[in-house]
Amino acid sequence: MYLTGVRAGASLRGAPARRILTGNVLALGLVSLVTDVSAEMVTSVLPAYLVVGLHLSVAQYGLVDGVFTGATALTRIAGGYAADRFRKRKFVAALGYGLSAAAKLALLFVSAAPAAIGGVLALDRTGKGLRTAPRDAMITLSVPPERLGSAFGAHRALDSLGAFAGPLVAVGVLAAAGSAAGYDAVFMVSLCFAVLGLVLLALFVRDRRDKLPPEAVSLRAALGLLRRGKFRSVGVAALLLGLSTVGDGFVYLILQHRDGLPVTAFPLLAVGTALAYLLLAAPLGRLADRIGRRPIALGGYAALLVVYILLATTSAPIWTIVILYGAFYAATDGVLMAIAGPLLPAELRTTGMAVVQTGQAMAYLVSSVLFGLAWQSWGSGPACLAAAAAVAVAMVASTRLLKAGTP
Amino acid sequence: MKWRILTAVAATVLLAIVAVGYIALRATDAPAAGTSPVRLAGPGVLIRDTATGTLALQRPDGTRERSDLRCARVYAAAGTGVCLREQPESYELTVVDRELKKLSSIPLNGIPNRARVSPSGRMVSWTVFVTGDSYNGGRFSTRSGILDSRTGTLAGNLEEFTVDGKPSAPTANFWGITFTRDDNVFYATMSAGGQRRLMRGDFARRDMHPLKDNVECPSLSPDGTRIAYKKMLADRTWRLTVLRLADLVETPLAETRSVDDQAAWLDDSTIAYGLPHQRGKGADIWKTPADGHGTPELVTRDAESPSPTN
Repeated sequence: MYLTGVRAGASLRGAPARRILTGNVLALGLVSLVTDVSAEMVTSVLPAYLVVGLHLSVAQYGLVDGVFTGATALTRIAGGYAADRFRKRKFVAALGYGLSAAAKLALLFVSAAPAAIGGVLALDRTGKGLRTAPRDAMITLSVPPERLGSAFGAHRALDSLGAFAGPLVAVGVLAAAGSAAGYDAVFMVSLCFAVLGLVLLALFVRDRRDKLPPEAVSLRAALGLLRRGKFRSVGVAALLLGLSTVGDGFVYLILQHRDGLPVTAFPLLAVGTALAYLLLAAPLGRLADRIGRRPIALGGYAALLVVYILLATTSAPIWTIVILYGAFYAATDGVLMAIAGPLLPAELRTTGMAVVQTGQAMAYLVSSVLFGLAWQSWGSGPACLAAAAAVAVAMVASTRLLKAGTP
Repeated sequence: MKWRILTAVAATVLLAIVAVGYIALRATDAPAAGTSPVRLAGPGVLIRDTATGTLALQRPDGTRERSDLRCARVYAAAGTGVCLREQPESYELTVVDRELKKLSSIPLNGIPNRARVSPSGRMVSWTVFVTGDSYNGGRFSTRSGILDSRTGTLAGNLEEFTVDGKPSAPTANFWGITFTRDDNVFYATMSAGGQRRLMRGDFARRDMHPLKDNVECPSLSPDGTRIAYKKMLADRTWRLTVLRLADLVETPLAETRSVDDQAAWLDDSTIAYGLPHQRGKGADIWKTPADGHGTPELVTRDAESPSPTN
C-alpha cells in the first residue's frame, strides 16, 4: 500500500491521479500523521510537566500559555508569502516542521524559567503557523480540482489519526519509563517522531515548480487577492463561520458540567471527537467531490448548530454530541480549504490560504472571548443558544457567499 | 525512488532505536524507590522526595525512609495520610492509613496542587489545577474538593457550595482548603472578579462567608488561632504571612523569597514550606518562625510538601 502509493508519486507532475491516497497527498498525510503524534504527545503531558515536574506555579503557567498565541498569525502570512515569492513551499513547510522539532529538543534542556519555556512554546507554534499554509497549498497543487475534497479528506484523516494516537503513545512511554523520569522520555520520543516527519517530507514530498509569469508574485499581487470577488466571498464566509464557532474547551466543559460527568471522562471527550473526525474525514471529502463541497460544508455547520442546541438541553445522549462534533470538523476543516484553493492563482496559493487560515484563527479567538463573556453573564444554556443563533446567521450568509466558489 | 524508500526505512529504524534506547535508559536511571516499611508515626516530617517522586519520611536524625508510593503531593495528620497520585494521563487521590495501606481512592480531574488532612485525620481536602478551562483568557482554573473519610461524604467541587446563601459566581475558583478541629468549619481561598479572598466555610451547611481580601492558600495553626498564607505583593510575588483570626492582624514572616505553597505548621510556632530549586526539577523544604522574627532554616533537601507526623 505504502510502496505503491509512493511510486504513484510520479503522477503529480500534471497527469490526473487515479487514486487519491497516492503521491504527494499520501506523503503529506504521513508527514502530518507522525508530526501530530509528536505534537500531541507533548501537549498531553506539558501542563503536568510544567506544574508538577518544573514546579511552575499555576499563575505562571497561564502566562506562558497565553502570551504567544497571537504571534503565529503574522508568521503564518509572512511564511505563506515567502513560500510563493521564492516558489519554495516545501522549504517553508520544512522550516516549520524543523522549528517544531527544535522546540522538542529544547524541551529536554529548558529550565524552569517561565521566559525560557514561553520561548520554546513560541518556537513550536511559529513552526506550526509556518507549515500549515504551504502544506495545504501543496495538496491543492497535487490533484486536479475536482478531486480536492477527497484529497483533503484523506489528508485530514491521516492528520487526525496522529492527533488521536499521540496521547496514547505518551501514556505508553510514561508507563514504560516510570513517571519520575518519564517526561524526558516523552520529549525524546516526540523529537524522534518530529525528525521522522522531516525525513519523510524531504524524501517524498514534491513541490510543483511551474514557470511563472515575471512579477507574478509581488506584495501588490498578494494584496490584489483580496480584490478577487470569488476568493473574497469565500474568505468572508470562512471568517463569519469562524466567528460563530466557539472553542473545543467550551464544548467539553459544558458537556461535563451538564451531565456531571465522572471527572476521568474529560479526556475521553476529545478522544471521541478525534475518532469521529478521523473516521468521517475521508468519506465526507469524497462525498464533497461527488455532490458538491458547499452542501457538505454547510451540512457540517448544521451539525455544529445541532451540537450547540443539544448542549443547551439535557436530553441528548453524550455520544450523539461527540459524533456530531467530529462530523462538523470532518465536513468543514478540509472542505473549506478545498473550496478556497482553486479560487487562487497557483503562484499565490500559499499566501491566499494563509490569509484564510489566519482569518479563521482570529475569528476563533474573538468568538471564544465573546462566548466566555456570554457564559459569565447569561449562564451556559442561553450562551449555547446564542452560539447556535450565530451559526444559523453565518450559514444563511455563507450559502450565498460560498456559491461563488463551488462548482 | 528505491533509495528514498531505503533511506526512509533506515531513518525510521534508527529513530526507533534512539527512542526505545532512551526510554530504557531513563527507566533504569530512575533512582530506586525505597522498600523499607514506612509508618506515619514518630517524630519527623512527611515529605514528597523530589528525586524519586515518592512519599517519604524525614527523621530528625537526618535519615530518610522512602516508600514506593508515587505522589505529586502528600500530607498526613493523626495517622491518616493522603497522596495525590500521579499516573500517566490520570490522577487520583488515595487515602492511606498509618501503615500506608490504601483505604480509599477517588479519581481527580486535574493536576494535583494541594492536599490536606484535618487535625483529627477525618476530613481530607485537595486542590487540582484544570487546564481544560483555559477559555478564560489564559488564566488557570482550579477545583477543590473535600472527602469525609469517616462517612464517605464527598464534595467534589467547592463551586457547588453557596456563598452567603447564594450560588457562587460561575467564574469563581477555589483553592487551598484547611480544616479546624471540629471537622466542620474550614478555610479556603476564593478567587472571583480579580480578588482572592479568605473564605470561612461550613461543611455541613455547604456555605461559605468571605473574611478578608488577598489571602491565598490558608493553613490553620494547630491551636486554631492563626492562619499562615501566601500574600500577593505588588510585583506579583508571594510573601509568607501569618494572620491572627481574632483581630485580622497580619505579620509578614522572615522568609523574603517568594513562596508558592500551602505552608504547613510543624508546631504552634514554626512554619514549613517547599521552595523549588533555581535550576533543575527538585525542591527543598525550609522553615521559619511564625512570629515574623528569626531567619529561615533549611529542613531538608530534595523534598517538598511537608507535614509533621508526631
